[in-house]
Amino acid sequence: MTWAMFVQHALNGLTLGSLYALIAIGYTMVYGILRLINFAHSEIFMLGAYFVLWGLTLFYLPWFVAIVVAIVVTAAIGILVDRVAYRPLRDAPRISALISAIGVSFFLQNLTIVAFGALPREVYRPAWLENPILMGEVRVLPLTLFVPTLSFLLMLGLVWVVYKTKPGLGMRAISKDIETSYIMGVPVNRIISLTFGIGSALAAASGIMWALRYPQLQPVMGSIPGFKAFIAAVFGGIGSIPGAVVGGIMLGVIEIMAVAFFPDLAGYRDAFAFILLIVILLIKPTGLMGARLEDKV
Amino acid sequence: MLKVQDLHVYYGGIHALKGISIEVPKGKVVTLIGCNGAGKSSTLRAVAGLIKNKKGRITYNGADLTSRDPVEIVKSGIVMSPEGRRIFPHLTVIENLRLGAYSRSDEPQILKDIEWIFELFPKLKDRKDQKGGTLSGGEQQMLALGRALMSAAEVVMMDEPSLGLAPMLVKEVFDIIAAINRQGKTVLLVEQNAFAALKIADYAYVLEVGAIVLEGTGAQLIADDRVKSAYLGG
Repeated sequence: MTWAMFVQHALNGLTLGSLYALIAIGYTMVYGILRLINFAHSEIFMLGAYFVLWGLTLFYLPWFVAIVVAIVVTAAIGILVDRVAYRPLRDAPRISALISAIGVSFFLQNLTIVAFGALPREVYRPAWLENPILMGEVRVLPLTLFVPTLSFLLMLGLVWVVYKTKPGLGMRAISKDIETSYIMGVPVNRIISLTFGIGSALAAASGIMWALRYPQLQPVMGSIPGFKAFIAAVFGGIGSIPGAVVGGIMLGVIEIMAVAFFPDLAGYRDAFAFILLIVILLIKPTGLMGARLEDKV
Repeated sequence: MLKVQDLHVYYGGIHALKGISIEVPKGKVVTLIGCNGAGKSSTLRAVAGLIKNKKGRITYNGADLTSRDPVEIVKSGIVMSPEGRRIFPHLTVIENLRLGAYSRSDEPQILKDIEWIFELFPKLKDRKDQKGGTLSGGEQQMLALGRALMSAAEVVMMDEPSLGLAPMLVKEVFDIIAAINRQGKTVLLVEQNAFAALKIADYAYVLEVGAIVLEGTGAQLIADDRVKSAYLGG
């Protein structure tokens, strides 16, 4: 393999990895606060992409406006899912909310089939995204530079919210002890809504960039990236935001590199993530950056 | 004045509080003593808004707080420092204090109050950027009280603040409670350390299995034979 090819693969891995990371952040934030795996998250990712298509073809919105509107609407749907499907079960056993999450996932998938049809839809890409950039021998699509950069900026914004703002302080507090946060005056339900909103907005951003990178929309398009992002979150240490970022990027790079170095195994591409999950669960069940296992009192 | 009238609390089928009535006048220290399971913590938790399944009436300065949620209770001027301290171990001392002030938005006054807490608990100032979990048990209790005070509430409810502390620190905690009271805070104190609590209390209630069996000033109860034999080990 030439040096130029290696760089190209690395950049592709970074692109795929940032998309996984953006989804994984939503899984990990919700888990950190509610100890809930939000299985509807992969459908949120898918809806983000569909809403852009809708904005472009139905309302003739300009690209930028369509993307912003899609992200805002998707965030609102993420909040709504929590309100309707999880909040009423807050005091119920955790398994109830998990089953509710699986139900929401099926519901959103089927709702999309009803609204947009089950056939794959082509995505039209703006011309400036189609022309490869030449850097020496390395040829990259603009998206391959654009996706990691934008993802990085979004993650920086997230870190700022979580570590430098008052709602972020509330999030960090309720992730450890909901009741004490509540009696100290933290509006717990509002902070949980905000968490779902931020996680869903990032997943929508990921879904939109995914649709530009792999320009085809299907109602089930969220399943595989969603599963992989969930694995990335577990790999990095579920509940840890840096863990989700590192886990997502590593998973993307490993996936691309494995196919690049062992082309014969390309058919097993989607299996790598699951093998990685089994290995990490055997070696370090709390993930790379996960907290020590401790039961909540 | 905080007033609790005929408070009943149910946990599932268990009738945990069977008609508790207490009064906490402004500027006073009132204590609830009694054994484990007598209903002291349930009373505080009900006032703090954490227990939904209850009957009775809780008022503060005339306003009905019975069905308010915990955030509204804090905003109306009553805060609880929970049993077992429950500081946030992964947040710094400053962040813990800021969390206590979550319901407020008067930033300049919040900064002044953080300085006030540091005057009250100089040890916390030395450790202000350390994680809460790295503090000693005594320091964590100071932090828990400081965090509650940061809410600027007039009534501070404390659930077992001396629990699990070394005897020397227990005395310090009670001195601090008296100092907090002198600075104008009304205190509702729940304690298993009955003697120390009665000594600083203006008024006290004795609880047994969910009901008040005796009440009086701190001095009266210390001298009472029933209290002596049951709670003061003599």
